[in-house]
Amino acid sequence: MNKTLVAGLLGAGLIASSLSALASDPHTRVLASTCLSCHGPGGKSKSAMPSLAGMDKTYFVTQMKAFKTGQRPASVMHRHTPGYTDQEIEKMGEYFAALK
Amino acid sequence: MKFNRRDFLTASAAITAASALPGCASIGGSGAPHVVVVGAGFGGTTCAKYIRMWDPKIKVTIIEPNDKFISCPISNWVLGGMKTMADITHSYDTLMKKYSINWVKDTVVGIDVDKRTVRTAGGQTLAYDRLVLAPGVEIRTDTVEGYKEAAAAQKVVHAWKAGPETALLRKQLEAMPDGGVFVMSVPTVPYRCPPGPYERACLVASYFKKHKPKSKIILLDGNQDVASKPALFKWAWKTYYDGMIDYRPNNGPKRVDHKTMTVHTEFDDVKGDVLNVVPAQRAGEVTALAGARNDSNKVWCVVDFVTFESTAAKNVHIIGDSVLSNLPKSGHMATNHAKVCASAIVELLNGRQPTPTPVVANTCYSAVSDSTSGHVATVFRYNPEKKQWDTQPGGGASSQGDEINFVFTWAWAENIWAEMLT
Repeated sequence: MNKTLVAGLLGAGLIASSLSALASDPHTRVLASTCLSCHGPGGKSKSAMPSLAGMDKTYFVTQMKAFKTGQRPASVMHRHTPGYTDQEIEKMGEYFAALK
Repeated sequence: MKFNRRDFLTASAAITAASALPGCASIGGSGAPHVVVVGAGFGGTTCAKYIRMWDPKIKVTIIEPNDKFISCPISNWVLGGMKTMADITHSYDTLMKKYSINWVKDTVVGIDVDKRTVRTAGGQTLAYDRLVLAPGVEIRTDTVEGYKEAAAAQKVVHAWKAGPETALLRKQLEAMPDGGVFVMSVPTVPYRCPPGPYERACLVASYFKKHKPKSKIILLDGNQDVASKPALFKWAWKTYYDGMIDYRPNNGPKRVDHKTMTVHTEFDDVKGDVLNVVPAQRAGEVTALAGARNDSNKVWCVVDFVTFESTAAKNVHIIGDSVLSNLPKSGHMATNHAKVCASAIVELLNGRQPTPTPVVANTCYSAVSDSTSGHVATVFRYNPEKKQWDTQPGGGASSQGDEINFVFTWAWAENIWAEMLT
């Protein structure tokens, strides 16, 4: 067993809870990754869209709901947010908070 | 706890290696599954990257004949003189190296679905566990009489695949005298990039307005109305280019004659100084090699949307413009097909089930002048009972252009290019 694999296994044990959000839930993984076509690779924006990587989950969820109700004006986010369930928004929030 | 992508890759590799998947198909018993991706556009690059990111145990090969990626989105900006070819041309180097993707610069000429091999023009045969075809569209130049001769004479281009034709069309527009006529045709739906022709008319008009204000544009549309964002484009034509764009619906081209520079429709014979005929399209050639162009007209590919696997060819997945669906044929949508497909392939090669109800989104900006744009944005949720995508509430299109959407148009391009290539 090589060093990388050992490090990986140790890492995997330590990060099991986060990994489950990222790797073990294919629905959320697909959902969150589709956001990155606009918000940039790894959730790190190269331009005007905000970065999602490391965003506080509560902030993310609050903003998504504010776009959904129209409370926060938007250019396109008011078109997207009504398409997702509250549970999906929560899961996306967890996913992006765990991305560094 | 937070962790970065590298930790994630390492951890994923360890877990999948440790679980030693006995049921997993592999090449020659080497243990590592192999996915071959044909085509390095929006869909192919994204699919290859995400497979490597989500399961580094899987080997990925891309087969692509072009040296560089040239983006169709923003190519209308080149025609309008707002950007150059260099702005829409990008290297594959980072994608290839960062994700350790095996790169074969070649064209696929044969697919053996039973043996699970692809053969290239250069004589290579590659075995795969899963094959992803992401070829984009084939332009059916035979559907407009005289097109091939006109194209061979370099008098008429479609420029519906960004590249040398984009540069040539720009040169033709630059060489056109003030007071000249630009004739463009629009194929009937479905075709790649539904708003593209109307955006092109806007940006060519924007160029004419500044540099050749006596010029005209005749837009010959095979459809009965503007096929995408109709309110936005009609607003722009009236607001910015009143009298410059002559829009003629239900008037697609039947024949083009480059000697007289005339486009013949069922109703009109339209002469122009620059002719831009965009013929009808179908799924890319390579899909036919797998017997996967299997809708009722043998034009598009029918897939299972949970995995994007062809309903005609086992272990062959098809993504992007070639797919028959109620989703728009856009580069953005191709990246999201790619993510659903990549996730499903990772799950299947690990003996697990993919999500049965994937959700994807389309976001598409169109510039209507050199400083304003509008958008259409929609979320789609797969409905396994209907076997189609349900449009989710909230989606819709701009009815007017503005500067904020223009800023986001370029921002979108920068981010999606980074998403697919880095």
